[in-house]
Amino acid sequence: MRTELAPGTRAGRAAALLAAALSAAALAPGVRAEEGAGSAEGAGKSGADWESWRADNEVSDMASLQRGARNFVSYCLGCHSLKYERWSRLGQDLEIPGRLLQADLLPPGDPPTEYIRTSMPAADAQSWFGKTPPDLALMARARGGDYIYQLFKTYYVDPTRPTGANNLRLPNIAMPHVLSELEGLKRAVFRDVVRHGEGGTEIHEQVFDHFEQIAPGRLGAAEYDGFVRDTVNFLDYVGEPTQTARRALGIWVVLFLLVFSWLAWLVKREYWKDVH
Amino acid sequence: MGVKTATGAPARLPGADATGRGSLWIWLNKRLPIGEFIESQLIGYYAPKNFNIWYFFGSLALLVLAMQLVTGIFLTMFYKPGELTSFDSVEYIMREVDYGWLIRYLHSTGASAFFIVVYLHMFRALLYGSYRAPRELLWLIGMLVYLALMAEAFMGYVLPWGNMSFWGAQVIVNLFGTIPGIGKPLVEWIRGDYGIGDATLNRFFALHVAAIPLALLLLVMLHLVALRQTGSNNPDGIEIKARLGPDGKPLDGIPFHPYYTVKDIVGVGVFLVLFALVVFFKPTLGGLFLEAPNFEPANPISTPEHITPVWYFTPYYAMLRAVPDQRMGALLMLLAVASFFFLPWLDRSPVKSMRYRGWISRTALALFAVAFVALGYLGLQPATGAYVVLARIFTVLYFAFFWLMPFYTLIDPVRPVPERVTYHAH
Repeated sequence: MRTELAPGTRAGRAAALLAAALSAAALAPGVRAEEGAGSAEGAGKSGADWESWRADNEVSDMASLQRGARNFVSYCLGCHSLKYERWSRLGQDLEIPGRLLQADLLPPGDPPTEYIRTSMPAADAQSWFGKTPPDLALMARARGGDYIYQLFKTYYVDPTRPTGANNLRLPNIAMPHVLSELEGLKRAVFRDVVRHGEGGTEIHEQVFDHFEQIAPGRLGAAEYDGFVRDTVNFLDYVGEPTQTARRALGIWVVLFLLVFSWLAWLVKREYWKDVH
Repeated sequence: MGVKTATGAPARLPGADATGRGSLWIWLNKRLPIGEFIESQLIGYYAPKNFNIWYFFGSLALLVLAMQLVTGIFLTMFYKPGELTSFDSVEYIMREVDYGWLIRYLHSTGASAFFIVVYLHMFRALLYGSYRAPRELLWLIGMLVYLALMAEAFMGYVLPWGNMSFWGAQVIVNLFGTIPGIGKPLVEWIRGDYGIGDATLNRFFALHVAAIPLALLLLVMLHLVALRQTGSNNPDGIEIKARLGPDGKPLDGIPFHPYYTVKDIVGVGVFLVLFALVVFFKPTLGGLFLEAPNFEPANPISTPEHITPVWYFTPYYAMLRAVPDQRMGALLMLLAVASFFFLPWLDRSPVKSMRYRGWISRTALALFAVAFVALGYLGLQPATGAYVVLARIFTVLYFAFFWLMPFYTLIDPVRPVPERVTYHAH
């Protein structure tokens, strides 16, 4: 089903990507100062149109999927599982050589055929967060990639919440802003809107207006955007690991059926010459 | 075939008869009348020669039925009915069974395709008066096929045990609770429990894979037998049996085989192209064929934001919600489906086909089609404000089509029907 690349190229490419991924963490603090400052300036009045933000991820982009897998293992796996996806399947589909899978991704002691599960006990999670963090294997299918993308782009500081963070996409979200060290901190600015209710009463509503960056993160705005997009892309893949194979096979099936229909039509035309 | 002897007579293989068929064929036919069946039922069956595009959907429905049976059998090899196993086993099929994703998408897309071809098939009957005498029983059996199909689809939708499966089952089964007196115990009897649960899921599985498919096959067979008895109607609504040639065959008829078999295969090809485009490139069709909330496991304490059935039930669902009283709404839904059964006796037009009917019948059918599609759309929307008002208007139009039919078909200015069918050779 899947196109087999030469083992050398495949392993080489994956190794280079993973090496780049791992060193990105080390490089990030260096670029923080100017990028962070720049994005705080640029993102000064952004966010009013957050509901129209699209993930626009591309599930055939292998490099993006590999970065997404790295992001997931670094930032999500602590609490969330992908209970229908095996490590070995991940390695195979994302062209990650077994050696790198074993060394960098697989939890120590787990065989590669194991499903991707968090090591956090569900009972503890329940008491820490008030609910068990959901499994993410089908999250992209159930909620859509845009939902997850918007979720990670609309966290803001809210001291009234136990986690110190709130969210526009999912108000009063139980999950803390785990990516705040990358994105930095945003403040949400609301404006007071007065609506006239029944009987001349005035109803005051707090409507979101824009975000203000109040502390820079390790990544600039564009980098953070790419980080979220890669992660969404990875979850899109996990939601339906066969989707790339599905589209690839579909082209041949449709081409065959077009030729079949054309031949069938020629036969029909020949037979119907007798009908007057 | 091409081989000739020195005298010019066709070469005959030892044991072959005059048709060139071998001794196995003769042996078989002495014991099972295969040849006789093909001869009398396919070649000897004369169908009107003026069928148009609307006449593809009967054979396509048969194709989809066969496909659902085959893919369904493969799915049962890995699907495990049960509160704790259903959802996981479907994901197992989607991810770990070789080509399991293909079998599942063929089956889920097939369900919607079944309704598309059946709705078009039914519309064809409305368009050309195919439900009229002498085909009333053919129509009634067809309606029973439609009912069986609705039951089959509903129960099949519950099996993946997603959250919409669960809540859809909840809403539909509760409709039986609106029946006065026996409602409550009836609902418990259907569910086999005090709530939708493991017992419900397992009995729906049994009905979905055994009982209803058997009923469907029997009804489809009866539908075909009844069709063979009366013969097909056609776009002109003329009985071709009324004009026979010297050989006793209808002048406007042609043998079903080979003419309509080769023609239907073209229809199959075109249909499969469209079908494959969905299966391989848009299997959820933006949430229309597979709804997003169904990728979350059934959860009795978390209701989806909008509970909607799959698109093929939404016209009736919109009617249900258009009525403030649930019992009356359920009754209206029942009446909406039941109205189809009365059609052969509601229509009093002197002609069958819309081609020769006047503007009143044509407008009525057009409004009905618009109302059906509009109700289908409204059933997918939240039941609030303008949506409800629109649903009420279209519900009235829906019923007006049926129950005003005895009147408007009488005053409809019809045109003369020709004696022979209209056909232009290509």
